[in-house]
Amino acid sequence: MSYIPKPKVSHPGLAKNKLGLTIRDYEGGLSTLCAGCGHDSITAAIIKSCFELSIEPHRVGKMSGIGCSSKTPGYFLSSAHGFNSVHGRMPSVTTGANAANRNLTYLAVSGDGDTASIGIGQFAHVIRRKLNMLYIVENNGCYGLTKGQFSATADVGSKSKRGVANEMDPIDPAAFALQMGAGFVARSFSGDKDQLVPLIKAGLNYNGFALIDVISPCVTFNNHEGSTKSYAHVRSHEAEVNVVDFIPARNEIAVDYAKGDATQVTLHDGSTMMLRKLDQNYDPENRLEALKQIQTHQMKNEVITGLLFLDPKESEMHDMISTPKKSLREFELAELCPGKEALEALNKSWG
Amino acid sequence: MKQIEATNEFVIRFANINGTGSASANGMLAKSFFKLGLPIGPKNIFPSNIQGLPTWYEVRVSEAGYTGRRGGSDVTVAMNPQTFKQDVEHLHPGGYLVYDSTKRLNEDHKRNDINYIGVPISEMARDHFLNAKSREMLKNVIYVGALAALFDIELEVFYGLVREQFPTKPKLHDGNFKALDLGYNYTKEHYPCPCGIKVSKRELVTSKIILNGNEALGLGAVYAGATVVGWYPLTPSTSVIESFSKYCNKFRKSKDGAQHYAIIQAEDEIAAAGMVVGASWNGARAFTATSGPGISLMSEFIGYAYYAEIPMVLFNIQRCGPSTGMPTRTQQSDLLLCAYASHGDTKHIMLFPSSVKECFEFSVRAFDLADRYQTPVFVMSDLELGMNDYVSAPLQWDESYQHDRGKVLNHETLDSMKDKFYRYLDIDDDGVPYRTYPGIHPSGAYFTRGSGHDKFGRYTEDGGLYQENMERISKKFHTAINHLPKPRKIIRDDSFGVGIVSIGTTSEPLHEAAEILKTRGVQVNEMLIVSFPFGDEVREFCENHQQVIVIDQNRDAQLKTLLVNELGLNPESLDSICSYDGNPVMASFLVESLSKKIKENAL
Repeated sequence: MSYIPKPKVSHPGLAKNKLGLTIRDYEGGLSTLCAGCGHDSITAAIIKSCFELSIEPHRVGKMSGIGCSSKTPGYFLSSAHGFNSVHGRMPSVTTGANAANRNLTYLAVSGDGDTASIGIGQFAHVIRRKLNMLYIVENNGCYGLTKGQFSATADVGSKSKRGVANEMDPIDPAAFALQMGAGFVARSFSGDKDQLVPLIKAGLNYNGFALIDVISPCVTFNNHEGSTKSYAHVRSHEAEVNVVDFIPARNEIAVDYAKGDATQVTLHDGSTMMLRKLDQNYDPENRLEALKQIQTHQMKNEVITGLLFLDPKESEMHDMISTPKKSLREFELAELCPGKEALEALNKSWG
Repeated sequence: MKQIEATNEFVIRFANINGTGSASANGMLAKSFFKLGLPIGPKNIFPSNIQGLPTWYEVRVSEAGYTGRRGGSDVTVAMNPQTFKQDVEHLHPGGYLVYDSTKRLNEDHKRNDINYIGVPISEMARDHFLNAKSREMLKNVIYVGALAALFDIELEVFYGLVREQFPTKPKLHDGNFKALDLGYNYTKEHYPCPCGIKVSKRELVTSKIILNGNEALGLGAVYAGATVVGWYPLTPSTSVIESFSKYCNKFRKSKDGAQHYAIIQAEDEIAAAGMVVGASWNGARAFTATSGPGISLMSEFIGYAYYAEIPMVLFNIQRCGPSTGMPTRTQQSDLLLCAYASHGDTKHIMLFPSSVKECFEFSVRAFDLADRYQTPVFVMSDLELGMNDYVSAPLQWDESYQHDRGKVLNHETLDSMKDKFYRYLDIDDDGVPYRTYPGIHPSGAYFTRGSGHDKFGRYTEDGGLYQENMERISKKFHTAINHLPKPRKIIRDDSFGVGIVSIGTTSEPLHEAAEILKTRGVQVNEMLIVSFPFGDEVREFCENHQQVIVIDQNRDAQLKTLLVNELGLNPESLDSICSYDGNPVMASFLVESLSKKIKENAL
């Protein structure tokens, strides 16, 4: 991962959050991705979300795999702990990290190759385990660092820069996550920060596995005519099912929502999501319907965005393995060691 | 007819069909010898199968205390028609063959130099036990009754063992008692009892315990304070996790039901290794248990942990490779794999336990070493040690023992530090950097990466900065040598003629072989290596002897290769003996092959 320190310039007029930090405190090194890369917009959305949520940067684990997308944790929250793991294996590292310390926020960034090709196995199982994390897929349908090969999310008929059409059926990370039992599934577009920021905030506050599949065009290898992951294509084929407003706990709901226009969902930590419907028939609490809608639109060459599914019964891995609220790593070794007397009793039982 | 005459020195072998419940009956007999105060060495020789294939169980009884595999059999219980001929042939002349005489013996199963003890086991079971399922199981108990008669062991010993085995199921007692009586009475009536082989009560195992290596490893991890396990089921390592789980369940549950541990069964060994790395990075003690095929898959993360300097404990219960190999047979054939696992320049610490006690001790020690040196540590056991019971001195725990978490900066230190924290600085000139746990303090944050980095933890493609960091890691590895357990030596010949080098489970039969050679006037010295990288003691032993013989449990003399490679020894200066058929090394094999090697050299 390239690293270019960003000069710290202080702006006395910059707004401060509840922790007294400015948005500068949530930035990272300068991006070394191509100018105009969709991933940089997602980075900006992450910075804005964390700043506005007043998350303590050092209480975040920034997890990633390998690829252009996985480089981006270097570009946000420089005072958070970063873990740039190996290709397709970020989920297992995050699982271990979360098992050891459930009281950090795990914000993971992956790509479509990292998630749907080499990492599809770990992606499937981390969802099944309901790991409490936000998993963002920066999905551009191709491999950037190795110069434009198709990934497993490329649509049938989508053309490479050389004009070759993809013939294999795509894996849709959102549909896949729904089938694996994810509790929070959203899709967004890197070009739509207004949609993305509230989704990231809600995903970070969701107690369970949250996925945001973000279509994020690769300006160098996949932004041409004939590509279904280009800015132009996504803009003209996007169908937004709803708009999410995220209201943190203890904040008042300031906007007036017309009756029947919005649904209110309260998360375990007291924060609220207001879901404004754009598609009146779309029910984000119906897993089967969500799957059907994704497929139906896909057949029409459209991609639906918004909060696609939410299971309000938040549950996560630690509920299944009955671990205490206190993180396992906080236990002193002396507390965990049964000691001499216990061993003597065991010796007797083996005699 | 010749009859083997022996007291408290013999081998009994059971030939059974897998899945017929023979293991508990056979184990009961082994336990009865132990209860009578005798050292025993049970060996389970089983197939990769749940039901139907041949399985053998051997128990060596040795008043002299040699419990390694001797070879041959003095008493064989032949219950498997598939292997009957082979089992008859395997028996020593003058030995005793216990068989089910419900059917008549085949002509080609007859030998005129062994003693046949026919017991109509199936017939008796059919006549006395109505339930078909329990009838199968109780057949095994009938032959235990027969053996009790032959060895002259009071039935009360077995009644006690039955009660111990089923403490909460008294209904099962009567059937077992009945089966024991049937076998016992029939044999007493029809054959001279006791036979030439006698079991006589001693007090040689007072205060000793019986335990297998995997159980000791798992318990060691509980004592070490490990809290996170990422694992994938794989024979012969699975029982390490079962043991950890069992003892966590016993010792680590709070009153409100919270479990102070996380055991996560992964989707494969790659993920299992990733979980260990993630948990260790985040400050928990974490481990996995696996075998060779798992190490192959974990190599990606082993290299990551080596380079990013994350503690990792791996229990490798070695089995017979390559590839799937013979999954239920033993070998020590992952030495080179684990010493250098993963691509690029990597080297790893290994511990080689040779006993149940060492399994427990090295398990705890592995976590201290992994934390102290921030690197993967392998505990290299094998199927023989992991899955067989051993008579051992009781496990010990020193209450004054302090776990070593290594160089970790806490919140207070980070708060008061004048210099900025960087992850890979060699502040103490020992190659070991300081680390922080995530979330402890804003100034403790750093970026963990497997890509090229400098001593500040920053990404680099600068050759010089990359190399500086790699050199430090190498220095760290050499620092570790001073804290590893030292090799154990037995010096019989102070003129340093022949020195024999071994690791792990080879040591027990080797020791017996050396004692046998001594009775023949050949004095050899032994060195048991217990850790890698090798220290000066290992070099000195190899350099000081006129002839050095390295015993390997693999085809390619991997231990010898490692010695040559790491110590710069002349390959010609090391002789090699390899035993790698998947069975535990036998003392008789070593006596023969060592005699040959020593003679070769003398010529």
